[in-house]
This record gives sequence, structure tokens and C-alpha cells, in this order.
Amino acid sequence: MTTGVDLGVPATQAIRSDEDVVRVRQLVRTTAVAVRLSLVDQTKLVTAASELARNTLIYGGGGSAEVSTVEDGRRRGVRILFADEGPGIPDLDLALTDGYTTGGGLGLGLSGARRLVDDFDIQTAVGEGTRITVTKWSR
Amino acid sequence: MERVPILKIGDILLVSIQVDMSDQTAIQLQEDLAERIVATSCHGVIIDITALDIVDSFVGRMLSTIASISKVLDAETVVVGMRPAVAITLVELGLSLNGIRTALNVERGMELIAASRADEPDEGADDEDTETTATA
Repeated sequence: MTTGVDLGVPATQAIRSDEDVVRVRQLVRTTAVAVRLSLVDQTKLVTAASELARNTLIYGGGGSAEVSTVEDGRRRGVRILFADEGPGIPDLDLALTDGYTTGGGLGLGLSGARRLVDDFDIQTAVGEGTRITVTKWSR
Repeated sequence: MERVPILKIGDILLVSIQVDMSDQTAIQLQEDLAERIVATSCHGVIIDITALDIVDSFVGRMLSTIASISKVLDAETVVVGMRPAVAITLVELGLSLNGIRTALNVERGMELIAASRADEPDEGADDEDTETTATA
């Protein structure tokens, strides 16, 4: 499970189109700069957010990204919740395997995004949707 | 939708990506480039990604696809200007950018294309003879 307390009001970006994926990237970038993640960590988090936002759009049929800053006493971080009410993921282990795709992509979105963040939590139910929470902490 | 401009410099097409591309913009660039390669008979494509602060799997795949399309159309593609943080992230993401040649900047990219065109054997046979007799 994820730890840490929320700071401030989270910003939410709807994900309904290609352009919204770009907006999610920009929102995450701004927040990552505000909590002073290193340049490499900013880049990793924005890249992960781009993959997950695209998944929300393509596989989840659209949804939202909620971006917040968190703190666990020692360090600050950025947390993003991607939520959709799409078909859900029937076989999570398979979906998290490098190279597996049902959408004609490279199959690196979910597995790659997990490698790029510090905390990764996924909840999915067939027919109900998927919620993915990722956190990147400052060092 | 924004469109990425394609510049022609001599025998080379230069694409400098200056915007945070939507997926649709990336696909459009792929199509525009293929058309320009054929229309201009250019033999080299340089894609400058200095201004890109991320390359995710979609853009990575677009770069690989552009390289493959160019090759079929007899043009060489070189991707230049990748930021260090982007390179680190790409490797961790698991993207290998298959078939893509890279160079540190536009100048080196142009040298790379010039060198690989010069290496091609198709029209060099006669020139070699004249050169050896000239120096003798």
C-alpha cells in the first residue's frame, strides 16, 4: 500500500482525448518541479504518466488523472491516481509482462511505467474499471 | 492539431520537434515525412529531439517507424539531441529504439549521413580509377 499524507488540493485532469494526455504530462511536470524532484526523476515520472494516461484513454475508454503532492516526514513526492470505468484487466500478471499488448502497442506501457516510479498500486475489476496509483519521491 | 514542420537543407530533411506532441501529431509527422522524402528525393532525415523532455513508448515507436519507412524509400534517418535524462528513462522503460541511428547533434548527424552515402559502392567504381591515375 502507499504511504504518506496529502498536501494541498489535488489537481484533476480529465482524459478524454489525445490532447488531454499532453495536458496530463504538463500537469505532472509542473507538480514534479514544484516538489523539486531531480531532472531524471521528473523525466521518469512524466514518462510513466504519459504511458498510464494513454492506457486510460485507449484501454479504459477515458477517465481521469488526479495529481497531488505528498509527504512522509522525510521527503516529498508526487502521487498520481489514474482512474477509469472501462472493462478492467482480466489477467493482471499478463498485463504487467513486458511486450504483452492487446492494443497493438509495444506492450511496455504498464510494465515500463511500474519500473519508472517508486510506488505502484493497481486495482482492477472486470467490467468495473481500473485504478492505478503511482508515487515518485524526492531523494 | 499542431503540425511539425519539415525543412529541406541540401540533400537532407531536418525535423526539429519543438512541441509536446499529441499521438495524432506524431502519426501526422510520420506521414508528412514519407511524402516529403519522395517529393524531394532526399537521402537523409535528421530528427532533432533536443527540445523533447520525454520520449515515451509511443514516440519511441514513431521514431523506429520513421527510420523503417525512410529506409524503404532510400533515405537514412538519424535521431539527434537526445537529453541524458531522456536516454536514462528510455532504457529503464525498456525501449531499445531498434534500427535507429543516433548522433549527439545535428552537425554530427549530417556527417554520419554523408559518410554512409559515401560508403555506398554503386557509383564509385570509375572515380577510384581516375583518382589513382591522377596522383601517379
